[in-house]
Amino acid sequence: MAAFKQLDFLDLDDQYSEDELMVRDAVRAWVGERFMPVVAEHFEAGTFPMDLVQEIGELGVFGPTTPEEYGGAGLNSVCYGLICQELERGDSGLRSFVSVQGSLVMFPIQAFGSEEQKRHWLPKLASGEVIGCFGLTEPDFGSNPGGMTTAAKRDGDDWVLNGRKMWITNGTVSDLAIVWAQTEEGIRGFLVPTDLPGFSAPEQKHKFSLRASVTSELVLEDVRVPADAMLPEARGLRGPLSCLTQARYGIAWGALGAAHACIDEALSYAGDRIIFDKPLAGFQLAQKKLADMATDITLAQLYCIRLGRLKDEGRMTHFQVSMGKRNHVDMALCCSRVVRDMLGANGISLEYQVGRHMCNLESVITYEGTHDIHTLAIGEALTGVPAYR
Amino acid sequence: MKIVACIKRVPSTEATAKLSPDGRGVDTANLAYMTSFYDEIAVEQAVLTKEASGGEVTVLTIGPAEASKEVRECIAKGADAGIIMTDPEWGSRDNLSTAKVLAAKLGELDAELCFMGRVATDRDSASVGPMVATLLGWSCVTDVVALSLEDGTAQRETEQGLETISFSLPAVITCDKGLNEPRYAGLKGIMAAKKKPLEEVAFEEVPSQISTASLALPAERSEGRIVGEGPDAVPALMEALRNEAQAL
Repeated sequence: MAAFKQLDFLDLDDQYSEDELMVRDAVRAWVGERFMPVVAEHFEAGTFPMDLVQEIGELGVFGPTTPEEYGGAGLNSVCYGLICQELERGDSGLRSFVSVQGSLVMFPIQAFGSEEQKRHWLPKLASGEVIGCFGLTEPDFGSNPGGMTTAAKRDGDDWVLNGRKMWITNGTVSDLAIVWAQTEEGIRGFLVPTDLPGFSAPEQKHKFSLRASVTSELVLEDVRVPADAMLPEARGLRGPLSCLTQARYGIAWGALGAAHACIDEALSYAGDRIIFDKPLAGFQLAQKKLADMATDITLAQLYCIRLGRLKDEGRMTHFQVSMGKRNHVDMALCCSRVVRDMLGANGISLEYQVGRHMCNLESVITYEGTHDIHTLAIGEALTGVPAYR
Repeated sequence: MKIVACIKRVPSTEATAKLSPDGRGVDTANLAYMTSFYDEIAVEQAVLTKEASGGEVTVLTIGPAEASKEVRECIAKGADAGIIMTDPEWGSRDNLSTAKVLAAKLGELDAELCFMGRVATDRDSASVGPMVATLLGWSCVTDVVALSLEDGTAQRETEQGLETISFSLPAVITCDKGLNEPRYAGLKGIMAAKKKPLEEVAFEEVPSQISTASLALPAERSEGRIVGEGPDAVPALMEALRNEAQAL
């Protein structure tokens, strides 16, 4: 596989600080040298390369914006975005693994946890010693999580949890689950070690998408946790939804990374592939496709930089994240389909990347807020009228 | 022990080189750069030495101020400080001039051990290391693939086999592939590198004695020709090799 060359049509590298470029390049190098050689075989086998988890922790990409005192690297949000871009350039499964650990497990502990919870869990999650998952979605409640049926009931000082969660990334390989459940005081979050009696996480098999990622069901049958397992500062849906804003921010960048992988492969292939005695790149139809993709990718790059700067200034809104997630995943999915077609029969082979990205993005366009739900979020931002119901 | 790792900022090996308009160098517009491949091995060896025996590692380069990115990356991998000897002539400075500038700085830093890559991936000269050692009167072992400072021995791969050299400090060691596996700059290391000293210093000019008269891209290879298949093609192939390619 040829070395990755990132499209930078507008010289946008100038927009990043030296540190930001160093972070991006460090993750790019790691993905290229350590992850790319094994991703196809894991995708085919339906496994995540768990042997790389320690290295990922050492690299520092689990919760990289977490303050240093809790084991993080204290990076800014633009760095986090660039990390997601580079990881998903490798595979959406890799970015998902890191997104869940950082945005959906470490973030809520950092934002809503007690000091004891932060000191106990964050350093272990940052190093990869502990793997976490995020239990919100249920079989019948995806876009409408407020309707969840998983419940936590008081029993003395303890809480007893019952219910089922579905489509949970990393569930089977996790040591810790953040489980959102209905209580008498509304929806609350609980830190649930996965080795407790009554907890099980069977893997969901037979996926054609995100195959290099573990997806699970969480089953909670009278799982008893102590009072201090509850996240004290998360009350109602605001808690889990704010986590999702963090993760969706990473997806807006990550999808851009997948699109970069696709156009890089298209450019490389079109230059090498001789058809009717000249390179594929010399045909007008191919150039039209490349020009369209390059334009969309360049616009997405600009959007991501601006979104990251707004986030670092504390001015980013969840509506802006919705527009980024919605547009970039859709754009990347379109690119992947176009490139799959450009590669002809090779496009369906795991010798090439594009088929893998195309299959993965079918999940990414649905999870963390479907394309349609983000459409409605943008609609609400524009009109002031929520149209979710 | 004061350890210095010398690095060079070179055009990325992924970059497509174009000639500059004057035909004497490479067009630097929008050119991507990196730390020379073998210099990364030198930095890793310096850091490994510090981790095993203590000491302090300084990353030293001659180059533009923009080399701060490459130097910081090396600091992020475990070095303690960086020095950029800022040089407007860095693209054209000859090897002896470079060696004289580096040797003077190594003396000033009171260094005992200097690691360099066996060759820089841009000019491919492989001469600055031995020149620096000669100017300083230090030991020099080139193309090292294994090193034991405790025993004072280094191994180098030659066409005749593996050669083991005994040496004493102070020394310049030029590092070859296989000596170690350079680590990745972890994100915490990148943040920590921001707090470590990186100096830009001027130096007394040492004029170059040689300069590049012209630079040309390799001639494009002409397209191959299939002269036949199987044993029947041998006569035609021999004929083409003898008379056309004049290879025999």
